Amino acid sequence: MHALKPLTGVRGSEQSRGRKGPLLAAIPALVPFVVITSALELAVRGGLVRAYLVPAPSSVFRAMVESRGELMRAMLTTSASALLGFFLSTVAGIGIAVFLSSSRAIQRAFYPYAVFFQTVPLIAIAPLLVIWFGYGTRTVVASAFVVSIFPVIANTLTGILSTDPALRDLFRLYGASTLVTLFKLRFPAALPQILTGLRVASGLAVIGAIVGEFIGGQGLGSVVDIARTQQRVDKVFAAVLLASVLGLALFGLINLISYVTLRRWHASEQA
Amino acid sequence: MGAIASSVPSGGVALDLKNVRRVFDDLVVIESLDLRVEAGEFLAILGPSGCGKSTLLRMIARLAEPDAGRITFHPDTERFQTAFVFQDAHLLPWRTVLDNAALPLELMGIEREQRYRRAHASLRQVSLSEAEGRYPAQLSGGMKMRVSLARALVTAPRLLLLDEPFAALDEITRFRLDNQLRELWRQRAMTVVFVTHSISEAAFLANRAIVLSRRGGRIKLDRRLELPSERTDDLRANPRLGREMKILLDAMEEE
Repeated sequence: MHALKPLTGVRGSEQSRGRKGPLLAAIPALVPFVVITSALELAVRGGLVRAYLVPAPSSVFRAMVESRGELMRAMLTTSASALLGFFLSTVAGIGIAVFLSSSRAIQRAFYPYAVFFQTVPLIAIAPLLVIWFGYGTRTVVASAFVVSIFPVIANTLTGILSTDPALRDLFRLYGASTLVTLFKLRFPAALPQILTGLRVASGLAVIGAIVGEFIGGQGLGSVVDIARTQQRVDKVFAAVLLASVLGLALFGLINLISYVTLRRWHASEQA
Repeated sequence: MGAIASSVPSGGVALDLKNVRRVFDDLVVIESLDLRVEAGEFLAILGPSGCGKSTLLRMIARLAEPDAGRITFHPDTERFQTAFVFQDAHLLPWRTVLDNAALPLELMGIEREQRYRRAHASLRQVSLSEAEGRYPAQLSGGMKMRVSLARALVTAPRLLLLDEPFAALDEITRFRLDNQLRELWRQRAMTVVFVTHSISEAAFLANRAIVLSRRGGRIKLDRRLELPSERTDDLRANPRLGREMKILLDAMEEE
């Protein structure tokens, strides 16, 4: 917290308490990881699990080191596509939510389609994307975009629509325009919900990119697909692991943005 | 009416409600209301919950239109000269106390230096200068309400509307804010219309109180309170306040 003079009825002193170092805080999460990897290693070596079905963690690690060049390049490619798809769904998703929020009639007319769109299985439309965009990055980005846009729309719309009516009155009282109200009231008020949408979308964008790559070629998705045909389960696992790391990194980025923007005022970042 | 009107500051606006009617779906909230409020008056509107007193206040603030009838102002005010204080503070949690207090001026397009100067002054009036850099989450309920009051006063409104503003606060804080509000009204020539369901608060604060009926928004009592102009905590023990409260209570109970 900042250096503030103590005043009556102030919260905040409790916020500085109970904050351990980030490394110390990570220990509980590491325990299951160590236990499960060790158990798996032992199970595979002891012959309880067949190595061609589930590889030993050590061989996954070896595959990662051996194919590091290929995997790194693939990861960069996937990252770029996932990030671009995620970025597009953020911009378009917020834009669509603003459009939908503009009137109840517009919402009634278009929102059902957004919901319907969400229920279309990506796997089923991925071949279509290839037909439309060809093999390569465009299909992958489109795939990441298509799966990640809905949570952005839904959460942003909820956030914008739940703006405190009293505050809307206040803005009207002082003659604020719709645009001013949007930027000075509705967006900031919806920010916690928008960020929730972005968290969900970030994970989905990675999934969308990988699925796109299965069909459109390139990146980690393609590595998984090729390694599978080669019976290289260890390499499949290595690529899957890296895809998860990518998803986590994106998730972490949103959390960081959330912390920076909300810590001073929103309960979710003040625990 | 003239005698009382001349004894109070007269920089506020006067308002005149004629046959004002407001209906929600099938429910007639206010059937036909006539009410004249003099410039500089401190009026309390009392009534049970659901009697339409908040609706009435929103119409006076021009946040809602009457379904019939007319509300006129003298002199005819610009929008910004009206200020509204809600039941809860309703601050923007992502803004500091200072930026919250300066918000109305910002929305009105007043330049930065001037709006901060006026926000500083307004916060000083509610004794919150030392909290200017804080965020609402770091304030107590009473402090939030004072920021809300500072925000309302920053435009130097000629009409101040309050909708049960201190209802959620503990009694001591409430007493303190009552005193502060009354003092602010005395310093600044403005008209205050105050909606409450608290008989003691209405009697303590206002110069005039009206009691609305449970249904249809009929005025059951319209009374000029016979109390000294200076209201301090001593008045709370004054039997004259008790008498006024009894009159208001009787009016509220009669149906």
